[in-house]
Amino acid sequence: MSWYQLWVAFGTIVVKEVRRFLRIWPQTLLPPAITMTLYFVIFGNLIGRRIGEMGGFDYMQYIVPGLIMMSVIQNSYGNVVSSFFGTKFQHSIEEMLVSPMPNLVILLGFIAGGMARGLCVGLIVSLLALFFTSLHMEHAWITVLVVVLTSALFSIGGFINAIFASKFDDIAIVPTFILTPLTYLGGVFYSIDMLSDFWRGVSMLNPIVYMVNGFRYGVLGVSDVNVAASLVTIALMTLALFCYAWWLLHRGVGIRQ
Amino acid sequence: MTALSIDNLRKTYKGGVQALRGISLEVEKGDFFALLGPNGAGKSTAIGIICSLVNKTSGQVKVAGYCLDRERAQVRRQIGLVPQEFNFNQFEKVFDILVTQAGFYGIPAWIARERAEHYLRRLGLWEKRDNAARTLSGGMKRRLMIARALVHEPEVLILDEPTAGVDIELRRSMWEFLSELNRRGKTIILTTHYLEEAESLCRGIAIIDHGVIVENTNVRALLEKLQVETLVLDLAQPLSQAPEIGEFSIHLRDPRTLEVEVPRGTPINEIFLELARHEIPVMSLRNKTNRLEELFMRLVEQNLPGEQY
Repeated sequence: MSWYQLWVAFGTIVVKEVRRFLRIWPQTLLPPAITMTLYFVIFGNLIGRRIGEMGGFDYMQYIVPGLIMMSVIQNSYGNVVSSFFGTKFQHSIEEMLVSPMPNLVILLGFIAGGMARGLCVGLIVSLLALFFTSLHMEHAWITVLVVVLTSALFSIGGFINAIFASKFDDIAIVPTFILTPLTYLGGVFYSIDMLSDFWRGVSMLNPIVYMVNGFRYGVLGVSDVNVAASLVTIALMTLALFCYAWWLLHRGVGIRQ
Repeated sequence: MTALSIDNLRKTYKGGVQALRGISLEVEKGDFFALLGPNGAGKSTAIGIICSLVNKTSGQVKVAGYCLDRERAQVRRQIGLVPQEFNFNQFEKVFDILVTQAGFYGIPAWIARERAEHYLRRLGLWEKRDNAARTLSGGMKRRLMIARALVHEPEVLILDEPTAGVDIELRRSMWEFLSELNRRGKTIILTTHYLEEAESLCRGIAIIDHGVIVENTNVRALLEKLQVETLVLDLAQPLSQAPEIGEFSIHLRDPRTLEVEVPRGTPINEIFLELARHEIPVMSLRNKTNRLEELFMRLVEQNLPGEQY
């Protein structure tokens, strides 16, 4: 295929994915908006007032970057895992497999679709946060870089999950038993500096700590971890998972007999 | 020119099931070709390999001269597939399904929209263009899959059981549509359980059973192999025993139905003369089974596992 044809094919997947999550907005865009508003009201406002400051900011301001990242992570992952598994389940993946479109374009298309939803929800949550607190960008480029890379990383994660999934239970296990605990323990609601040395060391093994703190550094200018290390960690993980997902597609794992 | 060339194609699934045991066949450009076989014979596996849905174990596949191993993208561009099962997103609109499929082939949206309209109109689905695919009837869904397979204008159209579960009227209209496509030069390969369909539409034919090709010829040559046909005569009055007429083998299926085995090339006038002489009026006459069906059953029965392997 020519570059132009590849671009058309890529755009087709992205448009298809965006159209999908917009069509079912009560399932995709509304729930995170409601959930995060509840977090802002209960944790940020009601409980946060009693907690006082954290990292030099009032508690509401401190948790907003983490909550934005949480919604980006969950929605980037959720979009690709449900969409790609859906195409497998309905066999509509065959529409792509019989076409001359290279595996790379299929992978990039789904990642872009996942990022579109993740970033869209991130934007909605950010706008909602403005009703509760003021937000100002300390380091705009780092903020954008971290959120884009994180969104890409979890879109790829969702893709890999969907490749191996053979039933609907398989696409719920990772978000429920791995992603949610890691996110809650990833410094969204607290600074890992509050933990004992042992648990701080354990927390440093959680990749979401680097993403939340990288984003928090971009927004508030404070971080529990080295920001350069955070960016390198996210970038390396994204690259590694991307190569793995591409290899799985090339081998036809889960999609070709 | 050859539209499809398969050489010693083998497929062994995980677990050791040998779906294809080295099949070879050629389909000429412009042919209307039938791939017949009982359930589990290997038809869908062969189609899956040709269309890149199944990885082959060994062997070679060429489509319009392009090699599947070396020129996979070119091969895929030449083929339009109408699978056996509905495999589109049931929640998408009919029009969007076609435009999206064209996009996967790198066809820009404005051309895709024109082609989508063209094929939806030809297949009588234009009025349904804004409906979600799940709201279509079974026959409409099948026509939608044909339109989708044509939207990138492939050289070879492959249909896996295209008329399964389709009512007679719709089946006839699909036959007409496919025949017209074929007359315009499109190579069509179909698998079907309706042997009448293969006999009336197709010129080339291959019969596959237990992963091997047991016959690969043209329909006319195959039918010439049929040595005996069985005619069924419906009688006006009941009989207690079958009459004896010359060398014909006749038996009474029930008091009002006679079955007569007629060797190929034998005139049947004598049967009616003798029946008239015995004062046995005949109300109607028909073939016991489709001619191709008789041949098919014989070829498949000859190839029963344990006899050949």
